[in-house]
Amino acid sequence: MTIGLAHYLAVAAILFTIGVFGIFVNRKNIIVILMSVELMLLAVNINLVAFSVFLGNLAGQVFAMFVLTVAAAEAAVGLAILVTFFRNRGDIAVDDASMMKG
Amino acid sequence: MALQAIAFYLMAAVTVAAGFCVVSARNPVHSVLWLILSFFSAAGLFVLMGAEFIAMLLVVVYVGAVAVLFLFVVMMLDVDFAALRQGFARYMPLGLLIAVFLAAEMVLVSATVAGSGAAKDNENPMASGAGSALSNAEAIGRVLYTDYIYFFQAAGLVLLVAMIGAIVLTLRHKPGVRRQVIMDQVLRTPKTGMRITNLKPGEGIGE
Repeated sequence: MTIGLAHYLAVAAILFTIGVFGIFVNRKNIIVILMSVELMLLAVNINLVAFSVFLGNLAGQVFAMFVLTVAAAEAAVGLAILVTFFRNRGDIAVDDASMMKG
Repeated sequence: MALQAIAFYLMAAVTVAAGFCVVSARNPVHSVLWLILSFFSAAGLFVLMGAEFIAMLLVVVYVGAVAVLFLFVVMMLDVDFAALRQGFARYMPLGLLIAVFLAAEMVLVSATVAGSGAAKDNENPMASGAGSALSNAEAIGRVLYTDYIYFFQAAGLVLLVAMIGAIVLTLRHKPGVRRQVIMDQVLRTPKTGMRITNLKPGEGIGE
């Protein structure tokens, strides 16, 4: 029983799906939405690294590092926006966040 | 070989289960803790694949920085999280439907790619013991600082912009706080700092 590429890709696919599912069911809670996005990026990273290892090409791992960088930046800015939003509104319900609507 | 399979299934199961708990936990603090568990076991999967450097990076960056940031924000915001869970049951059927279809599609695609793509018969070099003499971190370093140097610099720029953005977004000056203004102090001259008046004897200084 060898663990091949398909196994890792299946784990990544399931993890990505869980992320999408999380965005669907937690539509009001933006913190959990951000965590779901992190899960989806983790799934993408698993895919990149799996292909990188099984194809013997390091470009995938380098790209996974860049994805990690962008994910960290996204989390920082997203949470900063969330904190500002909370200060202005006293709430983080995003389903009625329509202040920017003309 | 069997040990590798056991480790894979264990860590894959923990990753997926913890991921599901992230999206379904009632308390966001628990969500963050499940997220940490999920990242840890995903790092284990990376080690199993032979990508140790990315695995350690995942632990340091995600568990050490991003998850703690999430934890701080969740605990800092005083929000009624029960109210935010309204509609969980209402969106559940649609979400499950889409999730099942998406998972089925993606698993089929990955099975096809793994079965007949470019990596069809490739084995994990770590599992078969055919890994190169170079360590993973050294191999990444050799390409990262040569072939991908501009991308590396661009990633640093992205982090700088994100840092400045986060600071600008959350920095606030409270009104009514008296701060030292060094500019005013430096520009102060004897002319603006003092006044010479002729006092007549027997009279004090009026305002």
